[in-house]
Amino acid sequence: MSETGSTTNDASKPSRRPGRERGRENGKFGRYGGQYVPEALMPAIEELTDAYERYVLDNEDGFMDEFRERLADFGGRPTPLQRAERLSERYDREVYLKREDLLHGGAHKLNNALGQVLLAKYMGKERIVAETGAGQHGTATAMAAAHLDMPCEIYMGERDINRQRPNVFRMKLNGAEVNPVTAGRGTLKEAISETMRDWATTVENTHYVIGSVVGPHPFPVMVRDFQAVISEEAREQAIEKTGELPTDVVACAGGGSNTMGSFAGFVDDESVALHAIEAGGSTLEVDEEAGVAPNSASLYAGEEGVLHGARTKLLQDSDGQIMESHSVSSGLDYAGVGPELAYLVDEGRVTPVAVDDDAALEGFHRLSNTEGIIPALETAHAFGYLEEHAGDLGERVIVTVSGRGDKDLESVIEETDGRDVAGAPDMSMFTGGI
Amino acid sequence: MSERTAATGNSEAIADAFAGGPAYIPYLAVGDPDYDASLAYVEALDRGGADVIELGLPFSEPIAEGPTIQGAVVRSLEAGMTPDRFFEFVEELDVDAPLVCMTYYNLIYQFGGSDGPRAFVEKAAEVGLEGFVVPDLPAEEADPLREACDEFGLDLVFIVAPTTTGDRLERIMSRVSGYVYVQARLGTTGAKSDVADSTTESLDRLREYDVPKAVGFGISTGEHAERIVAGGADGIIVGSALVDIVADGVENDLSTDAVADRLESLSRELKEGAERGYAARTGAAESR
Repeated sequence: MSETGSTTNDASKPSRRPGRERGRENGKFGRYGGQYVPEALMPAIEELTDAYERYVLDNEDGFMDEFRERLADFGGRPTPLQRAERLSERYDREVYLKREDLLHGGAHKLNNALGQVLLAKYMGKERIVAETGAGQHGTATAMAAAHLDMPCEIYMGERDINRQRPNVFRMKLNGAEVNPVTAGRGTLKEAISETMRDWATTVENTHYVIGSVVGPHPFPVMVRDFQAVISEEAREQAIEKTGELPTDVVACAGGGSNTMGSFAGFVDDESVALHAIEAGGSTLEVDEEAGVAPNSASLYAGEEGVLHGARTKLLQDSDGQIMESHSVSSGLDYAGVGPELAYLVDEGRVTPVAVDDDAALEGFHRLSNTEGIIPALETAHAFGYLEEHAGDLGERVIVTVSGRGDKDLESVIEETDGRDVAGAPDMSMFTGGI
Repeated sequence: MSERTAATGNSEAIADAFAGGPAYIPYLAVGDPDYDASLAYVEALDRGGADVIELGLPFSEPIAEGPTIQGAVVRSLEAGMTPDRFFEFVEELDVDAPLVCMTYYNLIYQFGGSDGPRAFVEKAAEVGLEGFVVPDLPAEEADPLREACDEFGLDLVFIVAPTTTGDRLERIMSRVSGYVYVQARLGTTGAKSDVADSTTESLDRLREYDVPKAVGFGISTGEHAERIVAGGADGIIVGSALVDIVADGVENDLSTDAVADRLESLSRELKEGAERGYAARTGAAESR
């Protein structure tokens, strides 16, 4: 039997291991989670909860079988777990890369987008809406919607549209409409608010494909369950390759879908240390007056509050107004984080660490020129962490390469120029832009 | 804890506002476009016949609002509105109508550096507010706020959508007090030229509950107000149509007095419309 075949059979239902049961019952993770949404959305959320339980948890009508089959045939799963030779030597421990950059679309985002668009189809919905920040979730949703023949509209902040033109074009190539959001500062959190408003008007025929493990129940558990394929595969692959579990799993964290996807399969393995790497931006200091946090380290530096349907850790001022976050990687640029991660951090199960823009850029160049893998800037934070903290880790470390860096080349040229970034090539011939 | 029922509520002033006629309930975002103008605007609503006034405390992520009220929220926050300034505003206001605070849960939850709604409710009671509407707080998560409201004698208004039925409706109606905010159509706030049929259906579903029913979302003229009250509403809630006047004043650089006059005059129109609707309904009932 092929590896794909056995994976499909074993995984036709999501894991029933205790850690994975968390939140499924009522969307609560200790004090976090919940359903803080306008009343008009509650029936849609109840309908979605019912569909999640039937199709995802109970595999009704073979939903999970079809999901796994499409992830394999359309998405290219399973993705490899690759030993990084130079990094293993450099840090004097075994470093393995979980290659989500090799998933169709170039990032882990498709796992969730394909799952939700397929679920919408099973629910009889006729239209997909989604928000996007950097454009990665938007492009994944547009691909999944085209693949499953569903009309799709993406809300994206006007500023992000200007910063991410190639991704906007990719969405349009896949037939999606891209709606600019001009409210506020025109970034991800405004796009989420705007998509929720659309959904509040169109709930009867529309599904909102949220892009991370955030939002009201059942989104955090459902997105986790779709992304958990990352760690389910990695766990099996690690045992197959090394005969034992890893000592550490390292994953970057913005909203937290890559993080929860990378951790879910290991949460019950107490010997495996879990490290969530957040964007430390330019500094962890916040400017209350301007309402700006020049980072997006909500696990590390945030306070409990309620945003976009859930109680979680947030970047907010002392009144409770939400801050504008910032990171060199727009995919991590969000003022909140998944409620389950907030809980796992409080419980001491997950360790949050903030890595600043400079260290992330160095990580980007290091992985590119030593391993031949150009990572997304989001992912690069995990390699920035490795450089600073590898000595604290155990003998077998898995790092999730959440996405590839092609989308970030323009930003990297801009950000590398004028800084002294270790390992960067001579930038003089690129400074005119590409 | 006080002896609250849905019908009597905690606030006598709110109960009185619905006694003996339809209630006109205008909304404005406090601090839009600045503190002083906003004081004049809210006082104009009162002169125009407001029976209850909903005062919006702006939150940076107003997910239930359409573009009109989002604009007001941005203007107010940019002019420096905060929860502390909001409470000062309420204390300074010179109006007869009882005041209800409409805001999002995070501001209530964070107030006073505490985790939980009690500090905010205590302060609200101290400055003379009579109740709350919290659009992102569903009944399931509302018990801590409900308890604080009962402790300090304030009402907690819930929104009922066209899609709210069965157990959800029960859960809401067992926690509501003051009045129930009947959302006339799906979506976010915003003035619309027609008022949906779903209002009538919603009012029918609520008929058996003994609590005043105020209809909002999309009401912008006296004729809308008349039709909605004739159709069985105990009150009308108007926000975006009034915020439009404020926005127009900003755009065309009108004087505070000119904007206040327009707010007062639209208020009269809406109030009179509501009264015509009420007369038609009660007259029809008497002649049966």
